[in-house]
Amino acid sequence: MVKDVQDRSIDPASLEMLALAGKAGIETAWDRFERQQPQCGFGELGLCCRNCNMGPCRIDPFGEGPSKGVCGATADIIVARNLLRSIAAGAAAHSDHGRGVAHTFRLMSEGRAPSYQVKDKAKLERLMKEYNVESQIALAEAIMAEFGKQEGPIQFTRRAPAKRIELWRKLGIDPRGIDREIVEIMHRTHMGVDNDYVHLILQGLRASLADGWGGSMIATELQDVMFGTPSPTFSEANLGVLEPNKINIIIHGHEPLLSEMIVAAASDPEMVELAKKQGAVGINVSGMCCTGNEVLMRHGVPVAGNFLQQELAVATGAVEAMVVDIQCIMPALGTLAGCFHTKFISTSPKAKFPGAKHMEFHEETALETAKEIVKTAILNYQNRNPSKLHIPDIKTKCMVGFSVEAIVGALGGTLDPLLGAIKSGAIRGIGAVVGCNNPKVQHDFGHLNLVKELIKNNVLVVTTGCNALACAKAGLLLPEAADLAGDGLKGVCKALGVPPVLHMGSCVDISRILVAAAAIANALGVDISDLPAAGAAPEWMSEKAVSIGAYVVGSGVFTVLGTVPPVLGSQAVAELLTAGAKGVVGASFAVEPDPFKAASLMIEHIDSQRRKLGL
Amino acid sequence: MKEVFVRLDRCMGCKSCEMACAVEHSVSKSLFNAVCERPSPVRRVYVEMAEGQKVPLVCRHCEDAPCVAVCRTGAMSQDPITGIVDRDEERCVGCWMCAMICPYGVIGRHKEVRIAVKCDRCRDLDVPACVRACPTGTLIYATQGEFVEMMRREAAAKIARGAKSLAKA
Repeated sequence: MVKDVQDRSIDPASLEMLALAGKAGIETAWDRFERQQPQCGFGELGLCCRNCNMGPCRIDPFGEGPSKGVCGATADIIVARNLLRSIAAGAAAHSDHGRGVAHTFRLMSEGRAPSYQVKDKAKLERLMKEYNVESQIALAEAIMAEFGKQEGPIQFTRRAPAKRIELWRKLGIDPRGIDREIVEIMHRTHMGVDNDYVHLILQGLRASLADGWGGSMIATELQDVMFGTPSPTFSEANLGVLEPNKINIIIHGHEPLLSEMIVAAASDPEMVELAKKQGAVGINVSGMCCTGNEVLMRHGVPVAGNFLQQELAVATGAVEAMVVDIQCIMPALGTLAGCFHTKFISTSPKAKFPGAKHMEFHEETALETAKEIVKTAILNYQNRNPSKLHIPDIKTKCMVGFSVEAIVGALGGTLDPLLGAIKSGAIRGIGAVVGCNNPKVQHDFGHLNLVKELIKNNVLVVTTGCNALACAKAGLLLPEAADLAGDGLKGVCKALGVPPVLHMGSCVDISRILVAAAAIANALGVDISDLPAAGAAPEWMSEKAVSIGAYVVGSGVFTVLGTVPPVLGSQAVAELLTAGAKGVVGASFAVEPDPFKAASLMIEHIDSQRRKLGL
Repeated sequence: MKEVFVRLDRCMGCKSCEMACAVEHSVSKSLFNAVCERPSPVRRVYVEMAEGQKVPLVCRHCEDAPCVAVCRTGAMSQDPITGIVDRDEERCVGCWMCAMICPYGVIGRHKEVRIAVKCDRCRDLDVPACVRACPTGTLIYATQGEFVEMMRREAAAKIARGAKSLAKA
């Protein structure tokens, strides 16, 4: 439990705002986290089953009370079923995001979404070739069909090394369709269906693979087609990107569909003129969470912070509009925005919030809605209360936008220099560090210490999501950060002019990491599970992270979790995930809350992989 | 002296008190480690269901405690100052006289070890673990005076509200 405000974060801007929030009596997630203590032990161990109305049932972890639910489900069954339902929710969230993007792409292809255009024609053509179709509309149809497919395969899964695909087939976990696997989880975890914990977990892996190599990858690829494939660009991160004399609009959530339009609308001369009439010197759009990542890496739009900073951003009193779409948006924002002049604007037909003004966004009228939203923000400027204004003067430069294409570009058009550096040992291996914030961990402490340890030990870090934003704020996404790296990695970074930590995007963009891993494995003629690579989610909290963890391990990457997943109520399940899985999919999980020890686990793994490859 | 009081109308039956009690009496005092400990950590508080009501039961640390009176080995003793009834693990032989005489049935045993187990009111803590864990305020750690004062205030507030609404009507 965190008691002292100073212990809540290691980010100076957040600490400044937390101190202010404390004085002003503004409640944040950290306060609510404390009020939730102690949290339910049955929940923490995954031992509570609410899947039927004979229950709720709980298993006594100490063996004194009940060891079975009413139906006879044991701890192993209950824990496995609960884990699967988390995977289903996470895979559904990513994949429904992907479906939204695919839907927009189809409307655009049919000429029904005039606000959108093809920005990356080369990628469009590559995808058409990959799908073996002749037209853009046919591609849209083929990709939409992935969601409802019954017998597979999902086309993008074929980007995995042949050995991996063969293993998935052998295990019966090669996904048949994105939606089908999620539905099957809900079916199998219904009362009285699948009660074999190993069989259950295999289905969890299958659904998660349909996320990583399906829903998420579709989101990434089609976003690139419509909004441009990211390439290295510079920007700034942290609450200091908010500007005292401008209209501040924060775009928060996950989809770039609307935020791209907001960015366009905010630079419309008519809007800028209106802002000036209201006494502001201009319009300042900044991002938050993964929507932030999307516009950060494509347009260099500054980012105000990561997940746990959403309330702190509103508390600056400088935000005219907090515009949200889907995922990781705290419902607390409604009440909080009510304490300030901030308009809390929800936009997704899927997501409404108490205290929010709902300005629903549709593809057909995207730019018009975006202009309405920007106008609402501008007209709200006059309501700003200068006595409540407090923007921490803290922001950091960052270099972002390392899509796979951009990485290959930076390497001179081929992966060879990277492979060479890995073979020579200059780069010891690759660490993929991703994931959320969680008040169970001192904000950004897990992220930054893990990443710093890795680069110090010559592990090249690729990052997405809230880890990427933590790194951006701490200056780790700058080429100069190479000075914090070990000599080998430092040399490579200096020669290429890149940071030792590569920003690869939002959380659906972990699919980019999969693509990169597959490409490296193919180039070396091995499986992903043979690579000197490891993953980590030091501050994870969401169900999406559970799905990510499952597909990353299912793809063959050893992964260290920084917060304990609710599975320890079953020794068998915990054992399967942390040890047994290695013999099945060639990778397993580890749980290690201490970021320094987590880094050691990753490095030990990378070293043993190197030895096996004879490097 | 402070005691553990129970406000029956508030209990949701979540058993957080039981879980916290077992963890506090484990070697590691951490849930995630405690689940692997052998002998298994044992709770000293019990949530029972009777007459449709959830009832948390915990040792009342009775004055002139019967469990102390019947203990043949001197394992069970009562602190003359605090009134806390505790059991000396070394002296307990598992004869269960205490369990038979206790009117609340709150003397348990280790699953793997034949010794009596009961509430020691968490000697190392300012507030017992069960009280700290209770999310609804069912369990209250207070002196008898404080507790009945709180109950009186609640009753008074109820009466006052009733009187006001009568006056309005």
